[in-house]
Order: sequence, then C-alpha cells, then structure tokens
Amino acid sequence: MRGGGWGRRTLIAIPYAWLLVLFLAPFLIVLRISLSDFAISQPPYSPVLDLPACFGEADLPAAEGEAPDLLSCLGGWADQFWGLVEEWDFDNYIWLTQDNIYWLSYITSLEIAAVSTLLILLIGYPIAYGMARAPKAWQPTLLMLVILPFWTSFLIRVYAWISILKTEGLLNQFLQGIGLLDEPLVILGTNTAVYIGIVYSYLPFMVLPLYATLVKMDESLLEAAQDLGCTRFTAFWLVTIPLSIPGIVAGSMLVFIPAVGEFVVPDLLGGSETLMIGRTLWTEFFGNRDWPVASAVAIILLLVLVVPIVLFQRHQDRAQEAGR
Amino acid sequence: MPEPPVILAKGTGAATAAGHAGTASGGPGGAKVFAPWNDPDAKPLVEFRSVTKLFGEVAAVDDLSLKIYPREFFALLGPSGCGKTTLMRMLAGFESPTHGEIWLDGKELTGTPPNRRPVNMMFQAYALFPHLSVADNIAFGLRRDGLPKGEVAERVEQMLALVQLHGLATRRPHQLSGGQRQRVALARSLAKRPKMLLLDEPLGALDKKLREQTQFELVSIQERLGTTFLIVTHDQDEAMTVADRIAVMDQGRLVQVAPPAQIYEYPTSRYVADFLGDVNLIEGRVAAMAAENARLTWCEGRPDFTCPANPDLKPGDTAWFGIRPEKVAIDKDMPPDRPGQNAVEGTVWDIGYVGNLSTYHVKLDDGQMVRAQVANRVHLARREISWEDRVWLSWGKDDGVLLAR
Ligand SMILES: Nc1ncnc2c1ncn2[C@@H]1O[C@H](COP(=O)(O)OP(=O)(O)O)[C@@H](O)[C@H]1O
Ligand SMILES: [Mg+2]
Repeated sequence: MRGGGWGRRTLIAIPYAWLLVLFLAPFLIVLRISLSDFAISQPPYSPVLDLPACFGEADLPAAEGEAPDLLSCLGGWADQFWGLVEEWDFDNYIWLTQDNIYWLSYITSLEIAAVSTLLILLIGYPIAYGMARAPKAWQPTLLMLVILPFWTSFLIRVYAWISILKTEGLLNQFLQGIGLLDEPLVILGTNTAVYIGIVYSYLPFMVLPLYATLVKMDESLLEAAQDLGCTRFTAFWLVTIPLSIPGIVAGSMLVFIPAVGEFVVPDLLGGSETLMIGRTLWTEFFGNRDWPVASAVAIILLLVLVVPIVLFQRHQDRAQEAGR
Repeated sequence: MPEPPVILAKGTGAATAAGHAGTASGGPGGAKVFAPWNDPDAKPLVEFRSVTKLFGEVAAVDDLSLKIYPREFFALLGPSGCGKTTLMRMLAGFESPTHGEIWLDGKELTGTPPNRRPVNMMFQAYALFPHLSVADNIAFGLRRDGLPKGEVAERVEQMLALVQLHGLATRRPHQLSGGQRQRVALARSLAKRPKMLLLDEPLGALDKKLREQTQFELVSIQERLGTTFLIVTHDQDEAMTVADRIAVMDQGRLVQVAPPAQIYEYPTSRYVADFLGDVNLIEGRVAAMAAENARLTWCEGRPDFTCPANPDLKPGDTAWFGIRPEKVAIDKDMPPDRPGQNAVEGTVWDIGYVGNLSTYHVKLDDGQMVRAQVANRVHLARREISWEDRVWLSWGKDDGVLLAR
C-alpha cells in the first residue's frame, strides 16, 4: 500500500518537477531581470543575481555545529533576498506605458492572433467535419495528410511562402500567366502575408482537436434533430456546433496563444508595418540589448495570455463535470 | 375451415371471430371491439405497398406490404437483423425504399424529408441532446415548429406530467438514470403530437422489472393519447404485452400478422410457433382431412393424432403438429379414453424447474422429445413424477395446430 502511495506520489511529482525546472525557475529569473536596471556590462543589467555567492556564504558555517548554523544560514539567505527586493524597481514597466510602440504591439498581436484564430476556425471546421464524416477506411490517411507538414521544419515552410508570395513569386507568375493580372500583387511584407503564414502554420492545431470531438459524435443525435423538425442545416447549427464547442475551444487556444507571441512569421513574411510583440521583444533583446525592458515585455505578454488560459481551464473543468 | 378460434381483443374483454372479415363490432356483450384490420372499410393510417429496401445485394426489407390503422399499437417482432429497424427508418424518412411506396394518411411519402413527416421516432439509444436540459430536449421539436413561448412551456409541463418526471426539468441527460432517460425520450417524441410514434426497441436498455412496468405504462399512455404506436422489438413478451397486433418478420418479410393471442394460439408456420413461446413440433403425414379435424400419422404402429384441420393440406402431405408444452397434460396412469383425446407414452428424461413451473422433458418410445409444462401447485418434495418414470402425455383434439410449413 505504502509502496503504491510512493509510486503514485512520484508519478504526480514528475510533471510538477518539470514545471518547476522548465517554467517556474526561468520565469522567476526573467521576472527578476525585468525588475533590474539596464547596464553596459556583461550581463547587461544590474544588480546581477549572484548565485555562487549565496551558496558559498551559506556553506561556510556548516562545518561547526548543526541547529544554530542552519538558522544563521537561512538568515543569511533572507538578508540577501531582502537586499534584492529593496533594489527592485518598476521603471521598466513604467517605461512600457510611455512608449506607444509597446502597447501598439500588444494590440496588433492580439488582433492578428484573434483574426487568424477566427480564419483558422472557419477553414479548419469544414476540414475536420469532412474528415469525421469520411468513410472510416480513409480517416487514418486524412489524419496523416494533416500531420504531414510537420515532417518539414516550420522555418523552412515559412521560407517557402516567401518564394510563393514575393512579387516575382509563384503566385504572381501564375496569376499573370493566366492573364488575371497585369501588375503583380504586393503581398510579401504586408499583414496579409502574415495572416497567410499564421493560418497555414497553425491550421493542424485547430483541425486535430476539432476532428477528435466531431468523430465521436453520435450520428443518431442529428437524426433525432431532423426527426423533430430540423433541416440538415439547422440540425448542424443546433446540435453539431454546440456539441463541438470543447473542440472549438481547445483548437482556438492552441492557435491563439502561440500566435500572439509569434515571431518567425511576422519577421519573415511581414513588413515594417507589422508590429507584433514577438518582433518588438526580439528588437529590444538583440537590437537594443536592453534585457530588463525585454523581460518586462515578456512578463506582460505572459499576464495577457494568462486570461485566456484560465478561461480555457474553467471551460475544461465544466466540460469534465458534464461527463464529456 | 373449422369453427374459427375465439380471440380476445386487448383491453375490451369482448370477443371477435378471427379470420371473419367485417365482424369488427358487435361482440356478444354489445361492446365495440377494436379490430379495424377486420373491417374492409377502415382506412389505414400507414400503408406499405410492396416495399423493398436493398443494401447492395442484400434485401433488408423484401417486397413487404402492411397496413397499420389509426389508434393501433402495432409491434414488429423478429430476430436481430431481420429488417425491423430498416422498415421503421423508411417510415421516419431516414432511408428511402428501393422499390414500392409508403403511404401515410392518404399521402405518398417518397421525397418528404424526415422533418416534414408527421411521425416521430424514439431512438434505440434515446439520442437525447446532451447539451440541453430535460425541458429543452422536450421543447426542441416544439420550438422548431415556432410555437409561442407560453404554449411550449405548457406542453413541456404536460409531457413531464405524462411521463411522471416532475421536478427534473432542469437536469441534463447525464444526470438521469436509464429509466428516466427513456421517459424523457418518450416525452420528447410525443411532444409534437405526431400522428404516429415509432419506437425502436424502446425498453431494450432497461432491466427486467423496470421494463415490465414500463410496458404497461406505454400501453396506458397510448390509450390515453390515442396516438398510433409502432414498436420494434425482439422480445416476444414485450410484443405480447403491449400490442394490438404483432407482425412477425423473418429476413425482410412478414410471416404472420395477427393479434397476440391468435399469433400465439394459431401460428401459421413453424417459424412463428417457435419464435413466440415454446412449442413441441412433431413431424408426420396427413392421413385424413375433414372439415373440422385432421388425422396425422406421426409414428408407424401408433394411433394417429387428431388435430385441427388445415385447409392448405391434403392427405399424404408432410405436415407438422405443434402443441405448446403448457397444453400437454402429464400423468402416471393412462388417461381415460375419450373421443378426440390424444395420448402417448414415454419416459421422463429431464425436469426443468423454474420455481413456479416445471417442464418435463419426456422421451417418446420412438425417440422424439415432447415437453409438458405444469404449474407447481404442490411442494417440490411431494412431486409425484420423477426421472425415469413411465408417463402418459395427453391433450385434446383442438389444443394444437397443424402446420404446412
Ligand atoms: N446502412 C446499412 N448499410 C448496409 N446494410 C445495412 C444498413 N442498415 C441495415 N443493414 C442490413 O440490413 C439488415 C436489416 O437490418 P436492421 O433493419 O437493422 O435489422 P433489425 O433492426 O431487425 O435488427 C441487416 O442485415 C443489416 O446488416
Ligand atoms: Mg434494430
């Protein structure tokens, strides 16, 4: 019994340890940097978090006695910690509110992510629906086709779009070839190209959860709806859509959250007009080498994204409660 | 044909003569008997005319013709895969016949989509909408008809009362027991007051006690509303309990359509006799055929059986004598020789005991097994007949049937 309990506790501990090491610790470091000042030094902020010093100092009295030493050791750490807290300053966050570029980037990112999510939903739903209604024998193949793009690096696939979208690219060659256009379309370097890139890249993340909910839906529910007076369309609207909401929510979150922080697509396909927060962050970090401000941008982005994540979690809990 | 058997019609207690067309009313007590199928002037509510449904090469329904009358409680009975569901789905509009026509209330139904047919269906697994409350499930069809709000609420109340589910209106289907779900499904399919309600194995998911109780409730609801019910079942007890008439199906065809008592007492084929209840079948050759009775040679050197006549048979034909085990008397002594009495001797081979009944498996001297079923009126310990005993089996001349197929 006890062994089983230990086994279970270890199992539960693994994801927590994972989160602690790979999420919480980096988060705290970034948070800490965001509260420091910019400095022309290496690393480029001050005061520097001096971990070896903390531990080195704490190690010294450990040789003499047991209990009081532990106390003094803890006290030493606490002093260090308070020393850091006293040096905290929120200048970086205040700075973010004073320059338009930051909040404009946040707004643009949220807008582009929201519109993309909507577009992906509109394109992905019919695809997922078609897959779920396809003959059973075809479904594994269709699923494979959706996953197939992942066999190539994301970066390469976005690069490929450059050669499709550029002025003398494949798309313009084709449209001019069939005589539809005289002047080439300027797509690359606009928000349109960013939308195309995001919709293309994130489509599978919408299709897969939607397919998973649609495929397990009971066909007889639609027949019951028709029997009670629905046309095929109203049955779809009143039964299929409401029952696929868990899939819609899951897919939208999987698309929206990473799309907000997207960097590669706006960087490669967008132009100077595309002010997305990922790019602003990158410029701050590598262009200006202002780590503290970049960290503050990242922390705010995280807080902005916590809202949809919490909403998503709530929805999942309710769905679970409803036994679905 | 002998004097036709007297069959009780359900619910009335009055009698009608089966096989006599046109005697639907005016039983001995003057009570009106519900038997529109005997009335050539009665207008059917539903009529299948030579309907065939092919799935690829397989005929799920094969050249089937059937009339169902208003207010009737009609049961389709048959083994799994015989085409019952397909027949019902064609009526509801989810499948269309490959050949033939289906008429409902004087209109041909081909091309009418399910949502425009005045029939409603209660699905086998209920198909309740999981995202809607009980009340919204029941109101679903009413809202599609654009009924005003007040009227919808009123009708939902009525339906909840009808199926005794007060107080559960706001629950979701997953918060209900199986029996409650079944009631919601019933209420939902009745809410639109369809001309006809189709029930596909409605009680299949319930346990035995609840099923039996619900069968009686179904009958009482049907009688109160006067809606025509078509129920699909593979459970013969269920069909016998609820139906005014039963159609026994086999491989897409109807083999017999008759009221429960008639179909039980006077099956027209071995298939029906065997499907409904238990039956002893003894093969023989027709020795004589008179107006009322026939004689069947079943074993050389033994007296022929005297049994009811069958106009389809003539002397020399192969035929089967069928008798229900409960109609066979079992005695240790030879029964007194009365005219028309049939008696055979054999050895008790096995005794099946199910508490209220005992079934004696008796091996006749030519090796055939005949079962006799007796109510256990005395305590098991005082039972007279035991294994290996020599016994006499006997029955009257009109207690069995003579079957041509
Ligand atoms: N959609 C379908 N496609 C192919 N065959 C079917 C389909 N529906 C039913 N069948 C076949 O038709 C026959 C009758 O089925 P069904 O009407 O469901 O029988 P029952 O309800 O009496 O059990 C079965 O052999 C079944 O396999
Ligand atoms: Mg069936």
